[in-house]
Amino acid sequence: MELKDKLITSFLAFEEDLDPDNGIYDLRNEAIKNFENIGFPNRKNEDWKYTSLNSILKHDYSVFPKKEDVLEYRDIKKYLIHDIDTYDLVFIDGIFSSHLSQTTHDKIDVCLMSSALTKPKYKPVIENYFNKIAPKSGLNSLNTAFAREGAFIHIHKNLQVDKPIQIINFATGNETSLLLQPRNLVVVDENSHVQIIERNQSLTDHPVLTNSVTEIFADRRAIVDYYKIQNDKLSASLIDNTYIEQKSESNVSVHTFSFGGNLTRNNLHFYQRGERIDSTLKGVTIIEGKQHVDHNTLVHHIEPNCESHQDYKGIFDDKSTGVFNGKVVVEKEAQKTNAYQANNNILADDNATINSKPQLEIFADDVRCSHGCTIGQLDKEALFYLQSRGIPLKEARGLLMYAFANNVLESVKIPEVKKRINKLIATKLEVELGFNL
Amino acid sequence: MLKIKNLHAQIEDKEILKGIDLEINAGEVHAIMGPNGSGKSTLSSVIAGKEEFEVTQGEILFEGEELNDIDPEVRAHKGVFLSFQYPVEIPGVSVTNFIKTAINAKRKAHGENDMPASEMLKLIREKSEMLEIDRKFLSRSLNTGFSGGEKKRNEIFQMAMLEPKLAILDETDSGLDIDALQVVAKGVNKLRRKDNAVLLITHYQRLLNYIVPDYVHVMIDGKIVKSGGKELAHELEERGYDWIKAEKTV
Repeated sequence: MELKDKLITSFLAFEEDLDPDNGIYDLRNEAIKNFENIGFPNRKNEDWKYTSLNSILKHDYSVFPKKEDVLEYRDIKKYLIHDIDTYDLVFIDGIFSSHLSQTTHDKIDVCLMSSALTKPKYKPVIENYFNKIAPKSGLNSLNTAFAREGAFIHIHKNLQVDKPIQIINFATGNETSLLLQPRNLVVVDENSHVQIIERNQSLTDHPVLTNSVTEIFADRRAIVDYYKIQNDKLSASLIDNTYIEQKSESNVSVHTFSFGGNLTRNNLHFYQRGERIDSTLKGVTIIEGKQHVDHNTLVHHIEPNCESHQDYKGIFDDKSTGVFNGKVVVEKEAQKTNAYQANNNILADDNATINSKPQLEIFADDVRCSHGCTIGQLDKEALFYLQSRGIPLKEARGLLMYAFANNVLESVKIPEVKKRINKLIATKLEVELGFNL
Repeated sequence: MLKIKNLHAQIEDKEILKGIDLEINAGEVHAIMGPNGSGKSTLSSVIAGKEEFEVTQGEILFEGEELNDIDPEVRAHKGVFLSFQYPVEIPGVSVTNFIKTAINAKRKAHGENDMPASEMLKLIREKSEMLEIDRKFLSRSLNTGFSGGEKKRNEIFQMAMLEPKLAILDETDSGLDIDALQVVAKGVNKLRRKDNAVLLITHYQRLLNYIVPDYVHVMIDGKIVKSGGKELAHELEERGYDWIKAEKTV
């Protein structure tokens, strides 16, 4: 049976256990119908021209893990930012792990999507925000139909959250192959500030496919800093769908660090509904072998006087492939928009590929929009400079690539995250530096 | 220390060095002067091992060893240092970390362990004081946003740290004001020893007022056409290069 049919059949079994009076019961049914109609994206779709899911959809994924696996803190410590205090939401095979997590309901809600979807207390928030900005694509619909677990984060007005929140999804080896569909909702009320770190990590060599949907709402003057660390096993693939709606004077940044995994697709959309909004999208991709990373971004400038800053850097070795498809839409009303987009790439091997496609659709006349895209190799003069100082070619190459990628980290606001990413980049590029961090 | 015999080198089929002979002994300072495009910088790059240049004839012997097939980093390990005319910017790597990497790469090549941190710090402090380099400067990204003078001073700082046997200073005086020039020259002079040598590549005689050479060579069109003592530099300053070209034609 094809995966699509299997999933539709599985939904019927899943539906039997659902409460028909639950607020999103109808939503799920609509969503599965939508998925049935649309299915998985294929390369005929312009947005998927350079990324084929065929090879990862051929696995016979199980949708409902049979039993909860137990992980100990020592098994997972290295995947956490553990040198600072954090709230942690840890999921193992899609199931919440209470003993590895630290949740809270003290002025802020850092808890579970499963509770939010069922408890009356959260009903208003779910009604207002759940599934409101995620486009009705096949993949999003599939996630909505099966939405069960994930992070539910609600920051009430005028709060500076005292520590970062980590969301980590682990996949273990209990199933032959596993489809995970985390569903996260982040609502940040007026004038509040939160920092979130997210990671999907497989601990098995069996195929894992994660189709994750995250919706983020930043109300007036809210500040949200979101960091995605993607450094997964070669058996794991990720489709990350993240959608952000911003109100006036809010400031949201998303940093995506893609260092590993088999196939990674990041759909990252920003919708600016207000004035004087700031949106930042940054990414560093460093891959090798036959890895594939696709960044598909959209910044929708709807109202006047807003800014967006995009800066994606990629280093592609061996036969790896990268895609950057960055769309900026400036509506007629969005005068005085300042939109910046840069995508710079290094092909470290003749067999590596990058497809970079900036798309600007500008309907306003008084705007500043700039974009630049480069694809190149390492500067020979720079390599000679390092070699002439006694640094061997291999290390010299690593050092230059490190320098190339490193400046994206300037905007990372959590020092420990910056340090960790710096180390990941250095390790990835085999650069040995006694870093003064 | 350095013996160059009938050196011919080309880039993309264009011959730039057309038979260079040069001998530099330990303890000596040599200056190569010449008009733009005469091949001075090419000569320094070829000695340091830049791949783009192909040596078609002749040889470069460093302490009796042929350098031609040796990678630039190995030449550096043997004690060749090139101060660049245009040092490369490396954002994200501090001056300190860069020099540590370079020093430890050299030690590794000689089968030694990394320099202990305390020793490294001491050395950095000593050399940076000598060159009047601010501590803050050392934590900045290598050459990134540096002024021309800062870049050159940083080159000499690296030279001081690496203690090469042969230091080639390619147009180290260009872009420097007189104060910066004096600091750089003072640094170079302090590093002069009986067992090392300096090759200055320059356009102008100005630098040679501060770093006094034992020998001056004039390079025109890929050849050394005249050699002499330091007084030759003064003569070039006054009379330009035309008289040498004329002399050569005669």
